[in-house]
Amino acid sequence: MAQREEQATPEIAKYSALSLRSATSRLWVLTKRNPTMMGGIAIVLVMAVLSILAPLLNTIDPKEIDPRNRFLSPSMDTWFGSDNVGRDVYSRTIYGTRVSLIVGAAVAVIATFSAAMIGVLSGYYRKVDAVLMRVMDGLMSIPSVLLAMALMALLGGSVQNVIIALCVVEAPRAVRIVRASVLSLREQMFVDAARALGTSPIRILYLHILPNTLAPLIVQATYIGASAVLVEAYLSFLGAGPPPDVPSWGNIMAEGRNYIRRAVWVIFFPGVFLTLTVLGINLAGDGLRDNLDPRLRRRM
Amino acid sequence: MTGYIVRRVLATLPVLLVVALVVFALIRFAPGDPAAIIAGQEATQEEVEGIRRQLGLDRPLPVQLGIWFRDILRGDLGQSILSKHEVSELIVQRVVPTLSLAVLTEIFALAVAIPIGVLAAWKANSWIDRVVMVFATLGFSIPVFWLGFILIFFFAVKIPLFPAAGYVAPSEDFISYLHRLALPALATGVIIMALIARMTRATVLETLNEDYVRTARSKGLSEKLVLIRHALRNAALPIITVVGLGVAALLSGLVVTESVFGIPGLGRLLLNAIVSRDYPIIQGTILIISVVYVMINLLVDISYAFFDPRVRY
Repeated sequence: MAQREEQATPEIAKYSALSLRSATSRLWVLTKRNPTMMGGIAIVLVMAVLSILAPLLNTIDPKEIDPRNRFLSPSMDTWFGSDNVGRDVYSRTIYGTRVSLIVGAAVAVIATFSAAMIGVLSGYYRKVDAVLMRVMDGLMSIPSVLLAMALMALLGGSVQNVIIALCVVEAPRAVRIVRASVLSLREQMFVDAARALGTSPIRILYLHILPNTLAPLIVQATYIGASAVLVEAYLSFLGAGPPPDVPSWGNIMAEGRNYIRRAVWVIFFPGVFLTLTVLGINLAGDGLRDNLDPRLRRRM
Repeated sequence: MTGYIVRRVLATLPVLLVVALVVFALIRFAPGDPAAIIAGQEATQEEVEGIRRQLGLDRPLPVQLGIWFRDILRGDLGQSILSKHEVSELIVQRVVPTLSLAVLTEIFALAVAIPIGVLAAWKANSWIDRVVMVFATLGFSIPVFWLGFILIFFFAVKIPLFPAAGYVAPSEDFISYLHRLALPALATGVIIMALIARMTRATVLETLNEDYVRTARSKGLSEKLVLIRHALRNAALPIITVVGLGVAALLSGLVVTESVFGIPGLGRLLLNAIVSRDYPIIQGTILIISVVYVMINLLVDISYAFFDPRVRY
């Protein structure tokens, strides 16, 4: 830790010049200084590229059934083997990246955005605070997978409903974090100054307070994304997620569970992709936290 | 001390109230007609009305709320729609397997996490530390059910050391009971282990910079004594907190693990109820599990005051 501090000064000079060369060298400096964070970002980027380029990556239709070629082991032709109705596990896994990343990104953005709105209101207006916080406490007291399952049982299985359910599950913790930083911010001098100048409360909230809560929020958004990707797979696996024909990693594994003795690859490969994705997002989040929020450094 | 406990208990009451309200709202505020959703698509109009009456959904909302609170205070969680059994009885029948698995998982997680967390803090920024931290991050990135199946594949199918699935009551055959719970406890424990190991490392690292640790070292205590008696002891409180908070992950994990390993616990009860839309069971299990979680964290708060007099302000 002390070494990092010493290095910091000369690096400022490097950062100041903006050119392509300095951009690449900056990337290199970041990688050297924080290899796990850059590793995490690299994994997420690779997954994003896979999901966008899925049709070009030697895949076939992930829903195409081929009963003559059931339970093929992984080989040069079928890289990840085939499942119980002859679908290509490689194609399904690559297309599954799309479902997971869409759910992860959507939940991260929507849950964080709503949490920011609720948290700012709750921290600034003491009247709604008590009620809102009790609701958040209640929601946080129900273990996440259970709450998500119960919500899915009512909403019905679709990718859209998975996103809604996961937002309800993930937002409360972020609300707490925003509220906590708003509580300390509203006592700060610059907020008093803005108030003395007659700035409207809405303007104070969104121009002065919200931007200052951004750092912890961005970090939280990555953790929410990681958790959403994971819980979506849990829901799919337990049969409470999107309909079974959607090639999500959880759905592929849910079908593979019955054939573990015959075809372990059906469950193996999607799980590796899932683990790598969640690990990548978490590592990126840890790195961001260390860089954006020095107060939290070395905590957990 | 008593005053503190009373205050903590009182602070827990609104949380429990909100949990009960959320569980109540889950069914009432869902889009569409809950009675029709529960009855399923093939149900006749009479069946839908029957379910509406049975669940009291035909009454005004405030009355429903009153009945809901009256019933749960009496310990009455309603009846299963399908089997007509009392939900509270169904839950009681399922407690032992879930509780056994939970305790075994927690023991396993603590036994691994605390030593490696202390080791990582002691050797901070060394390769040992890096390896521990990467494994800890990996630990809560691995889906529990997938880990379960990989364990089954290697240690039940390839090398048949453990049974692949099933449960034996401890009264029947205690050895077999432990033997069957070993793999599920390992699968569920990894995520808890990761959480606790990270927290142990972080807090022990902080205490290692404290003056009293320097004093202990300078008076010639062995590193082992410094670590265990001074650093770890003072790091105990945050670790206990994260153990309490980790119970949420534990409970979520148990639902999944029970499904993978075919253990007849609360998670299976809930999952089957969700598949068959047996809403009284869903409400009851979620309520009970959440109350247990809140209670465990109340105990954690109280134990804080017990271990650290400064908390009893």
